[in-house]
Amino acid sequence: MITVSDLRKTYQQGSRTITALDGVSLTVPRGSIHGIIGHSGAGKSTLVRCLTLLDRPTSGSVTIDGRELTAVKDSEIRTARRRIGMVFQHANLMDSRTAAQNVAHPLELVKTPKADISSTVARLLDLVGLAGFADAYPSQLSGGQKQRVGIARALASDPDVLLCDEPTSALDPTTTDDILDLIHNLTDTLGLTVLIITHEMNVVKRICDSVSLLEDGRVVEHGRLQDVAAQLDGKLSRALLPLPAHRPGRMPALELLLAGDVASGPVLSDLGRRFDLSINVLAGSVENLADSRFGRLRIEVSELAPVEEMLQYLQSQGVAAKVA
Amino acid sequence: MDFFDQLFTNPGITRALPEEFAATMQMIGISGFFTLLVGLPLGVFLSASAPDGLRPMPLTNKVISGVVVNITRSIPFAILMVSLIPLARLLTGTSIGPVAASVSLSIGAIPFFARLVETSLRDVSSGKIDAALVMGSTRMQVVTKVLLREALPGLIAAFTTTLVTLVGYSAMAGIIGGGGLGRLAYNYGLQRFDTTVMVVVIIIIVLIVQAIQLAGDWAARRVDHRSAATAGSGKRLRRKAAVQVVGS
Repeated sequence: MITVSDLRKTYQQGSRTITALDGVSLTVPRGSIHGIIGHSGAGKSTLVRCLTLLDRPTSGSVTIDGRELTAVKDSEIRTARRRIGMVFQHANLMDSRTAAQNVAHPLELVKTPKADISSTVARLLDLVGLAGFADAYPSQLSGGQKQRVGIARALASDPDVLLCDEPTSALDPTTTDDILDLIHNLTDTLGLTVLIITHEMNVVKRICDSVSLLEDGRVVEHGRLQDVAAQLDGKLSRALLPLPAHRPGRMPALELLLAGDVASGPVLSDLGRRFDLSINVLAGSVENLADSRFGRLRIEVSELAPVEEMLQYLQSQGVAAKVA
Repeated sequence: MDFFDQLFTNPGITRALPEEFAATMQMIGISGFFTLLVGLPLGVFLSASAPDGLRPMPLTNKVISGVVVNITRSIPFAILMVSLIPLARLLTGTSIGPVAASVSLSIGAIPFFARLVETSLRDVSSGKIDAALVMGSTRMQVVTKVLLREALPGLIAAFTTTLVTLVGYSAMAGIIGGGGLGRLAYNYGLQRFDTTVMVVVIIIIVLIVQAIQLAGDWAARRVDHRSAATAGSGKRLRRKAAVQVVGS
């Protein structure tokens, strides 16, 4: 379990004080995948550097499985860091080392016996699907393969937490899905707690159990994926279920958010039949998130339609709705 | 006598040349060794103590970089060499000969090499250093396992350049008491108008430079795995073509 509480980080830039993190708090239960999403400049990179103690936070704490990372002395930082495996956007492999030597790197640092190193490395390369590439240099590997080596290396010190900093931002869509599935499977098999920092909503949709939205160094929304997706006006919900660009009609429009079972039901037909209306769908987005179905719809109805009554009816059916 | 007869009869070539060649090699060898020994750690220090380095020490960095390295490098080598004669006498007990000349050669080349080392190390991406730190490396482990290894091709190229520079410096050192090929060319070529010796010495110096450069390039290529084209060259991985064209 990772607990971050009230993490602050300020930088001095000349005479100006820049607040990169302004009281970030979050909790990630053991064995789950948490996404931190935000635009560039939101404080994601600073958060990563504070979590790995590459930068010391100005105040606040980071606790992993009951041990406070931010409380350790400088001399113990190295031991503390080994509890975190880190995956980077550009893999950051050593070009002078083969895939196997890269994975062995964290083990060499603590004088692991040679025989143990080679068996661990072989097991990890097999785990990430690169059993045949032990002797290849990074320059001979594709972007996705490099990232797999990076993941194997991150797991070499047997960490409790896997911290992924934009792990798929440099990869094509197919490779992105492969890498995300790999991370998902590893979480299940190894019981890891995973924190993924990203700007891609697709990453959150595909593997995250919970998500935080970071804006200007603050967590402005957070929660389980199914909870944040169900917020009619939530920023995360709008990003998860984006409405495609559409031309607004002349008629009154309603926006509906359907979550769970109701999203599979005949909501629109029922609505039309009940109020004897024809309904025109302007835009819509339907997704399967965290094993349930979510939909956001914008519909157009006649000027004579009893909008207030319709909203009440929809609410009684468990559909969040408002006049758009 | 024509040029080729002279090659075998001119005492400047038959007698003096082998001896002076050995003296030149001795100067390059000794000063090259000490340049590596002192210049490499100095270069590592310069890069690590920089404000954005592994262990920032802005003030010490400024002093070493600005005062020691830049001042030494801005003194013309001929003047530096003369001014270091007392030091050479103190260290080696003599002010002439290749061993004494090696003192000033080393001191002239160390700051030069250290700067090149610093530049090579700066080219190692900060992401690799972060990765090494996050996996629990000490700063020393970052230097030995990441910085020096990742920058090795560049470091070899830097040392090659330094050795070539030392060849030039050693010829200059020869004239003011160091001995070696520089003195031979000066004594015979300039003072006795003996063109043959001059030409032969020039050819030999060119060959030494070529040999150093070729060896350096070869060694740098061997350890360079940064691009797919050269990644296998250290081990000579042979690969069969994935598809063979029938009938070709």
